[in-house]
Amino acid sequence: MGKSVLLIEDEPNIIEAVSFILSRDGWKVDTHSNGQTALAAIAEKSPDVVILDVMLPGISGYDILRALREAPETRNLPVLMLTARGQTKDREMAEKAGANRFMTKPFSNAEVLEAVRSLVNA
Amino acid sequence: MPKTSLTGSRIRERRVLQGLKQSELAGRVGVSPSYLNLIEHNRRRIGGKLLVDIAAVLDVEPSLLAEGAEAALIARLRHAAAEAGEEGAEVEAVEDFAGRYPGWARLVAAQRQQVAGLQRSVETLTDRLTHDPHLAQTLHEVLDTVTAIRSTASILAETREIEPEWRDRFHRNINEDAQRLAEGAQALVGFLDGASDAGRSVRSPQEEVDTFLESRQFHFPDLEAGSARPEDIIAAADDLESASAAAQALRILERYLDDAEALSLETLRGAVERTGPDPMAIAAQIGIDPGHAMRRLAALPELEAGLVICDASGTLTFRKPVEGFALPRFAAACPLWPLFRALSRPMVPVIERVGQLGRGAGQTDEQAFTAYAVALPKDAAAWAADPLYEGHMLLLPSSGQAEELRQVGASCRICPRADCSARREPSIMADGF
Repeated sequence: MGKSVLLIEDEPNIIEAVSFILSRDGWKVDTHSNGQTALAAIAEKSPDVVILDVMLPGISGYDILRALREAPETRNLPVLMLTARGQTKDREMAEKAGANRFMTKPFSNAEVLEAVRSLVNA
Repeated sequence: MPKTSLTGSRIRERRVLQGLKQSELAGRVGVSPSYLNLIEHNRRRIGGKLLVDIAAVLDVEPSLLAEGAEAALIARLRHAAAEAGEEGAEVEAVEDFAGRYPGWARLVAAQRQQVAGLQRSVETLTDRLTHDPHLAQTLHEVLDTVTAIRSTASILAETREIEPEWRDRFHRNINEDAQRLAEGAQALVGFLDGASDAGRSVRSPQEEVDTFLESRQFHFPDLEAGSARPEDIIAAADDLESASAAAQALRILERYLDDAEALSLETLRGAVERTGPDPMAIAAQIGIDPGHAMRRLAALPELEAGLVICDASGTLTFRKPVEGFALPRFAAACPLWPLFRALSRPMVPVIERVGQLGRGAGQTDEQAFTAYAVALPKDAAAWAADPLYEGHMLLLPSSGQAEELRQVGASCRICPRADCSARREPSIMADGF
């Protein structure tokens, strides 16, 4: 496929595992673990899909997502949100902030692959 | 009555009110009239034994005369008024109020303290369950770790031809994460243990009474020996915090004392030796009612009998637990208990061999019980008054293997029995267990 994905997540072993399965699936994977500089990283890499953790140190994933949706060049960038809480409230917040998909930890590898593939084909 | 907050002036007012001469009061408390005069004009400090003596002669509480106690009470009343805000308490008359109606004033102050305590408890519990940052953080870490382990493990399990470097790396990651997960789980367990500690401080009066009785094994040697009054035992009990719990416990102990005075444990032991611990046989031998016999048997430490008493509404008013037969603490009990059968036909004693479902009932001797139950009028009969019945059920471990055993529950929520016409609400054990 040759498409690129940027994973914004602060848990090193999740980064390693998710990078591995996406690479094996043919994706070009970049990772970034600092929430403060996430927007700059997205601008620099201009990925096809962003996987964004909600709980990042010092900043909420929702804030990053809102900023993405306000900027014209990233308004339509497909974003998969990862959260550790599955309540309806969180799902609503993610949808309101403009997430394309929402996934609750702990997810399976197959779910991640399916979600990321569906986001670029949509 | 006192309009001032100075102790000396208040002593003078009290004395004059009672028509007592200064010299008379001074003589009775053993000081010179001139010294008392100095005190009354607030030119000598007074406290300790002299204050107590003067208060006794004037027949008032020392705290009413003491500036310190009243000042503290007044301060608490002011706080209460400030916190209530717009209720319109006459703050300017607070001293007058405390002086005129000291009992009411103390009640207001005590209630303010109680309200504050309850608010704190509610806040603590709400915080812990929903907003506790430590809990949220720990749960988040546990979920993150589980996510990493799940993802890594499935890579190892499902990826054919994985490079040795990657494989080693993932093994190392899983090992690290398993360690973190163990720590996270321990932190959660520690937290939940702490949460139950907080719960302990918000016990209901009923629970306080249960704890009070249980910690003393339902046996009061001082009452048996006649060496203490129920009031003394209640006053000395520091585990009865609320006034309601103290009142409930007092009624139980008063009945215990009546029961003990009518039948000593020595006499009871002799009777048990002759006929065994059958409460009907004991009642017939001694000439008491079977409810009384059951209460005395329950107070016999070596018998280790269980006892439940309920009022006419079926509410359990006394429960002495016995190993192997659960007595619900909060929920209503199982309607199949012989206790309630006895309640439906007053004065007719019921005897039945029972076991509790879900506890391997009847499989072993310890879990089968002989239940003796009877419902009797609570008060002495009166003309044209319907009696209020009270049910007693004594539980003794049953050794007979051959007899039939009836299976009953504890409370619907934890009872696995299917197709029960007595069921009130679904069981949480219906599926899976």
